[in-house]
Amino acid sequence: MDVLSILIDWFPYLLSGVTVTIGLVIAALGIGIILGLPMAIGQVYGSRPVRSLIGVYVWFFRGLPILVLLFLFWFGIFPGIGLGHLPAFIVGAVVLGLRGAAYQSQIFRGGIQSVGEGQMIAARSLGMSRLTAIRSVILPQAMRIALPGWSNEYPNILTDSAVCYAIGVAELLTLASRIVAQTNVMMPIYLATAGIFIILNYGGLKILHGLERRVEIPGFGTGAV
Amino acid sequence: MNNNDCVLRVEDIHKSFGGKEVLRGITFDVRRGETKVFIGPSGTGKSTLLRCINQLTLPDRGRVWLDGEEVTNSGARINYFRQKIGMVFQNFYLFDHLTAVRNVELALLKVRGMGKAEAREKALIELRQVGMEDWADHYPAELSGGQAQRVSIARALAMDPDVILFDEPTSALDPELTREVLEVMKRLAREGMTMLVVTHEMGFACSVANEVLFMENGVVAEQGAPDLLLRDPRFTRMKDFIGRLDDRPGD
Repeated sequence: MDVLSILIDWFPYLLSGVTVTIGLVIAALGIGIILGLPMAIGQVYGSRPVRSLIGVYVWFFRGLPILVLLFLFWFGIFPGIGLGHLPAFIVGAVVLGLRGAAYQSQIFRGGIQSVGEGQMIAARSLGMSRLTAIRSVILPQAMRIALPGWSNEYPNILTDSAVCYAIGVAELLTLASRIVAQTNVMMPIYLATAGIFIILNYGGLKILHGLERRVEIPGFGTGAV
Repeated sequence: MNNNDCVLRVEDIHKSFGGKEVLRGITFDVRRGETKVFIGPSGTGKSTLLRCINQLTLPDRGRVWLDGEEVTNSGARINYFRQKIGMVFQNFYLFDHLTAVRNVELALLKVRGMGKAEAREKALIELRQVGMEDWADHYPAELSGGQAQRVSIARALAMDPDVILFDEPTSALDPELTREVLEVMKRLAREGMTMLVVTHEMGFACSVANEVLFMENGVVAEQGAPDLLLRDPRFTRMKDFIGRLDDRPGD
């Protein structure tokens, strides 16, 4: 059998890994935003204990190699808290998400801190509570400022998701290596895998840049012409 | 002065920043419909005084009353008092992500709990008051400084405040834009709005102020009707200060 027909035969199988990879990325981005945004708010407006706690979290998840984190959770923490039966996909998504939250919190924090102090002062002068001011005045501006940086998390998490290979999640790289093991054809398979990653990367960024343009308003441009 | 007439009472306000005493005991009453103008060299605590009134800056000592209710030490009720005490800032501080009309209606929706249609209607009325209704759908980045300041006045007016604090409202504007903002403020004063204005605009002070307070080194050094302070030979310090203003080279 020649290489091309092997590639064609196995391509649908490889593509089934795309769903899993995209699932990992969406779950990780979702967890990242759900945890990262409150963490950013806490880091800017929280009390000292809250700020230190978040600081420790960020320090921990940014300080360890992703593979080490993955093994810690897969072999140690999840079994240790009685969740050893969870599928590898869930563990992978959670680890990518927890790590993403650490990075994303810093992106959002930068956004919040870039909003001029006058915005909070004006909001409070109208009788808004701090919480209302954060929600209605600070965050809508902070998110617009943070969006380009946040978009950049997509390719990071997409490429990071391949480490889930190490715990056997059936994502792209895992399936690719299974095909290699079956067929003894190596480079064409990995090249096809690389091609799929590049397409996913390009498509996702396209969508995110579209989103950036949709929420763009005068005074909050990305500076792109 | 009878008590019903007194809308705002400021009593013995003190404030220090890092050991430097910026306000050293300021006391005054404001009658309903009155315009008081604060004049004085930079760094004499005029802006700090305004911020102490609505507690954006907490005074070290002294008390503030609005309509007989104590504003200082009012805890969470401060958000209620702030609705009643409007504020206009030197740098406008419009909400940059919202159009003019949404700037004006935001607090109506989020603080007063007004319905959408009602808030929009009121916001448009206030924009008309300041001649900005044609710019309702423009973002702050698309407005001139004078236009932005007029929108910020509309934003303060929308809360139906008992008094509006103006913190150097024209200091960031060129003379042309200054004039358009002062026109709006003069009209508000004539229509009976109670206003406290920190400004260097002597023309404005003379034409609309019921009283001028000349502040120096954290105290009110001279106080009275603008005519009096300018003409009566017993008052010298404000005249000296204004003289120095006129001497500024290139102004």
